[in-house]
Amino acid sequence: MTTSPLSQPEVDQPPPSRSRLRETSLGLLTSLAILAFTAVILYAGFIFLRDSKAPKLVVAGVAIVWGVAGVALLYFGANHLVEQLPDRWTALLQPYIFVGPAVAILSWYLLIPSFRTLYISLLDRTSENFVGLQNYIDIFTQRSLISTFRNNLMWIVFGATFAVIFGLLIAVLADRSKFERTAKALIFLPMAISFVGAGIIWNFIYEVKDISVPQIGLLNAIVVALGGTPKAWTASFQPWNNLFLIVIVVWLQTGFAMVLFSAAIKGIPSELTEAARVDGANEVQIFFRITIPYIMGTIITVSTTIVIFTLKIFDVVIVMTGGQFGTEVIATQFYRQYFTNRNFGLGSAFAIILLIAVIPIMIYNLRQFREQEGF
Amino acid sequence: MSVKIGSTRRQRRTSSLLVNSVLILLVLIWSIPTFGLLVSSFRTKEDIQSSGWWKMLPHREWVQVEEFKTKDLDPNSVMTIEGVSGTFKEFRAGVESPDGTRVRWVGNKRRGRIQVEKRQWTMRDDFTLENYNEVLLGGSVNIKRADGTVKAVHGEDLSDAFLNSLAVSVPATIIPILIAAFAAYGFAWMKFPGRRALFILVIAMLVVPLQIALVPILRDYVKLDLNGTFLAVWLAHTGFGLALATYLLFNYISSLPRDILESAFIDGASHFTIFIRLILPLSVPALASFAIFQFLWVWNDYLVALIFIGEKKEVKVLTMRLADLVGSRGSDWHLLTAGAFVSMILPLAVFFGLQRYFVRGLLAGSVKG
Repeated sequence: MTTSPLSQPEVDQPPPSRSRLRETSLGLLTSLAILAFTAVILYAGFIFLRDSKAPKLVVAGVAIVWGVAGVALLYFGANHLVEQLPDRWTALLQPYIFVGPAVAILSWYLLIPSFRTLYISLLDRTSENFVGLQNYIDIFTQRSLISTFRNNLMWIVFGATFAVIFGLLIAVLADRSKFERTAKALIFLPMAISFVGAGIIWNFIYEVKDISVPQIGLLNAIVVALGGTPKAWTASFQPWNNLFLIVIVVWLQTGFAMVLFSAAIKGIPSELTEAARVDGANEVQIFFRITIPYIMGTIITVSTTIVIFTLKIFDVVIVMTGGQFGTEVIATQFYRQYFTNRNFGLGSAFAIILLIAVIPIMIYNLRQFREQEGF
Repeated sequence: MSVKIGSTRRQRRTSSLLVNSVLILLVLIWSIPTFGLLVSSFRTKEDIQSSGWWKMLPHREWVQVEEFKTKDLDPNSVMTIEGVSGTFKEFRAGVESPDGTRVRWVGNKRRGRIQVEKRQWTMRDDFTLENYNEVLLGGSVNIKRADGTVKAVHGEDLSDAFLNSLAVSVPATIIPILIAAFAAYGFAWMKFPGRRALFILVIAMLVVPLQIALVPILRDYVKLDLNGTFLAVWLAHTGFGLALATYLLFNYISSLPRDILESAFIDGASHFTIFIRLILPLSVPALASFAIFQFLWVWNDYLVALIFIGEKKEVKVLTMRLADLVGSRGSDWHLLTAGAFVSMILPLAVFFGLQRYFVRGLLAGSVKG
């Protein structure tokens, strides 16, 4: 997988002549014209989209074409410009045309905001006075805020664990089954559903009605049929009500884990398992002694992805409970402090804590990458 | 020897039975929630509120076969009705006779009725398309109240939100892929100072939670007057999806055979030409897989839209409208169910249509170890 960059082969170049110079300046003019044209299109489109009262369908169509074509034109124009320059300059600048936009956008949207948020988190609620670590002290001393971390921990421990276990189980079972494709498609299907949609779906499982009327939530209907009383699953049993929210995410994420595991399992050489079978190993032994060690890399990748995902969990909680009944997590706290309570300092501090929580994973990723690629 | 083979075969058969039944059980559990929503979305408002969606499936239920007045019965003593006897209290709860019927006293002591019921297979079949009419076209529906009056309840027109979602999702899928593909090619096949450092930056950004960026970016947007525009949301999704896109595409593009590129170079092609003519067509599986991933993510996103679109009603996307419905019309389940299904149609179609690519391309990035 190691790659080393290609460089333009050295070609003997004729000394620049007059005609070549003229060509160059003509080319420069062309590319400037292209860039100017792009700028005009981008600006006109922006104004149109901002002020237009055209039918929705037209606006949507224009937006799609404008956005995509604009970006393509920008690359084309910039590259054209660079290619007109003397070869030495082209070779020097062209890579930055390729990677520059990505790096710039990543810096604007993720790198720089990390530092800005860090700074805001050291200021008071209106970002006027410097308060040092006061916001962090508040977070770790107020009981109502501490429960946020307990919940996030529950999310990581239960959410990630069960998604990985079920994903692995289903992948292994499907591999030996006749209706593998159908089963996998059905398990994967929830991945295509939004959290808001999932929240509505699960209301039909968790809904609670008075015992005197028929239950419309499946879980309570079962409980009542067995002679129990209906329970408010997402509101009572704190803090265990978090588990009922976690179930939703396990339901959504298992498909993702399953797909990756399934592919990894198919990569296990069949000679290996056959040889084990001939030697008298049973299926359980094969699973623990061959399958698991062989796909360990994938297990780690999937676990990391899901841990990060559950760490950032937001939508499910907001839609199901709005963070009430002791279900608040870091991301919802951030939203509540920042947008509801207008406490910018405290909200930013929550975001920074989220960042600190993922730093070990980031370091692991980088180390992993260095080993693999020898970049 | 032959005995042993026979027993292994039998073992295999039982284990395959076990495998299939566990799998079927899991698949059923996984499908029930979605199926419940699908069924509910075709039921009327009153039905959804008054009985579980599973009543629409064939099931055994007490069905009334006969009914008569209670005139000549004395509710204060033990009564014998239809061959079964019991007190008033017992009859109120229902008394079952050995032949499988149940006799029930409905109403109070003075003015009651006797219902004779039998347990039968039934299913309800009062499906309606009205909910979809409401959420797609904003029609209104007449609800019969308990007191007999009729009230018109307005639907919610989600078709605008559907188009908004489309206008947000398509560019927010293509733009990051384009930018990431350029960058992936640059990192994989070009030599320049800072290559390593910049790529490490990309890898590091893979795990940075987007929450961290919301506030500073929101401030920038307010300054640039970008809030509530499509451009704002596109750029945000581009920023948040770019690290993963670059990483996945780098893995794919860097593993393309070197000979092809070298021969193109010797023929005098420039980097740009090679990228457009050679790399992009060769990378279709990886591009498509990330496109699906990003599309599902953007279409289903709620947080980014909530923050950068905010209260601007004319650009609100589907997830926002749905969440609004949950909040403001939380009891209008008939709208929520149909709305939720409308919001799933496109991602489901995309997913099932392009499923093959999805798996193949994701693997290029994540299953290496």
